[in-house]
Amino acid sequence: MTPVLDVRGLTFSYPDGHRALDGVDLHVHRGERVALLGPNGAGKTTLVLHLNGILGCGGGGTGTGSVTVSGLDVTKANLKEVRRRVGIVFQDPDDQLFMGSVRQDVAFGPANLGLKGEALERRVMHALDLVGMADYADRPPHHLSFGQRRRVAVATVLAMEPEILVLDEPSSNLDPASRRELADILRSLDVTVLMVTHDLPYALELCPRALVLSGGRVAEDGPTHALLTDDALMRAHRLELPFGFDPRTVAPPTNPIDNLPR
Amino acid sequence: MGAGHGHRLHFHGHSPVHRAPAHLKILGLLAFVLAVVATPREWFAAYAGYLAALLVVVLVARVPIPFLLRRLVIEVPFVVFAVLIPFIAQGPQVAVPLPWGDLMVSESGLLAAWGILVKGTLGVLASLTLAATTEPTDVLIGLQRLRMPDLIVQIMAFMIRYLDVVTADLGRMLTAMRSRGVDPRAPRHWPALARTLGALFVRSYERGERVHLAMLSRGYDGRLPR
Repeated sequence: MTPVLDVRGLTFSYPDGHRALDGVDLHVHRGERVALLGPNGAGKTTLVLHLNGILGCGGGGTGTGSVTVSGLDVTKANLKEVRRRVGIVFQDPDDQLFMGSVRQDVAFGPANLGLKGEALERRVMHALDLVGMADYADRPPHHLSFGQRRRVAVATVLAMEPEILVLDEPSSNLDPASRRELADILRSLDVTVLMVTHDLPYALELCPRALVLSGGRVAEDGPTHALLTDDALMRAHRLELPFGFDPRTVAPPTNPIDNLPR
Repeated sequence: MGAGHGHRLHFHGHSPVHRAPAHLKILGLLAFVLAVVATPREWFAAYAGYLAALLVVVLVARVPIPFLLRRLVIEVPFVVFAVLIPFIAQGPQVAVPLPWGDLMVSESGLLAAWGILVKGTLGVLASLTLAATTEPTDVLIGLQRLRMPDLIVQIMAFMIRYLDVVTADLGRMLTAMRSRGVDPRAPRHWPALARTLGALFVRSYERGERVHLAMLSRGYDGRLPR
């Protein structure tokens, strides 16, 4: 079975010489929800920007290795299709919502794919329905609460019907209720998810499998519950659980396709 | 960032002026401003007529006059400049009677100051009336209908979208300055304020880059969809 996301031997150095990625290998299969953990400066954001070809084949700096999305190589010729297949939700919704109204913003991606009229409208409203924001279609994004903006940001990407949803720090700056609402939405979606986060309880709640990015390479890959309960491993990669949270008291999440060969 | 409130220049209402198509209002504003600018400054009665016409529109729109007057402060730099002219300009002098004696000022300067003041004020007042009765997005749609080049309309759309974000950024930076004992209004601290504005520019520039990345990620290829 072809993985949705297949990264092999990816290296990347910024123009100033800083080596951000040092041989990353990872794969994500269809239907999985995978957490990407790692301390600040581990190269998480750099890796995310490689997944849809913003860095790497088109961007500055130097790099080697390959990224494949459902069998399609990330190369300059394939960029358009790659960017449809890989939907990135950025950390700050103000960076992602740049049009005058929620409707226009969600329509931006599919309109770039060539959708028009009725089909475009249907796609937009369906995406807004999935995140429970259909009633806000005509509001300007800057009049929404932060949690609502984050949900619209997810909708802008869902409207492109991506094969994999990549979320950069989805729970950051959310109040606990918005954080839980977003978790409910992510669970309800029938889409592959790669979630970059520092929020370890959130990773445990949503993602049966986790990767640890450390020093520019994938240092660990395994069930989230097992990683979070391995104290030596956690210390080695500067990962810490929040005060009062003990993953041993929580049942590990289950993934319908946990038994697939890796 | 509460939900529902409009732009600060906008006064919510349902008057005929509010409902009028935006492109007609823009054309009306343009015609009005051109007429005001083209009127010789000695035709004092004409200016009274312009003001009366403007006031009628404001009254029909049911926008409170104090609402507009408060926003008229934007004009102050021009007013200061205009007030200075009668004192700097050359030529024959006239006496202006004041309670404590006559004030000698240049006659041509006085006329020039009147011209700048009245034309500026009428123009700003008319623009404020448009802004008070038309949502920013409607103004953009109006400009689009008037065949304004798409690129310029889009740049204006981005400006409206990010004005609040950048203003909020600046507000937080000023709060942080005040919290550390710097008063942004005191001339002594203007260098610190200038550095803050520099930092704001860099921040906004970097945000621009991130927005561009987000656009590329959703298939942007240099043309915005209509």
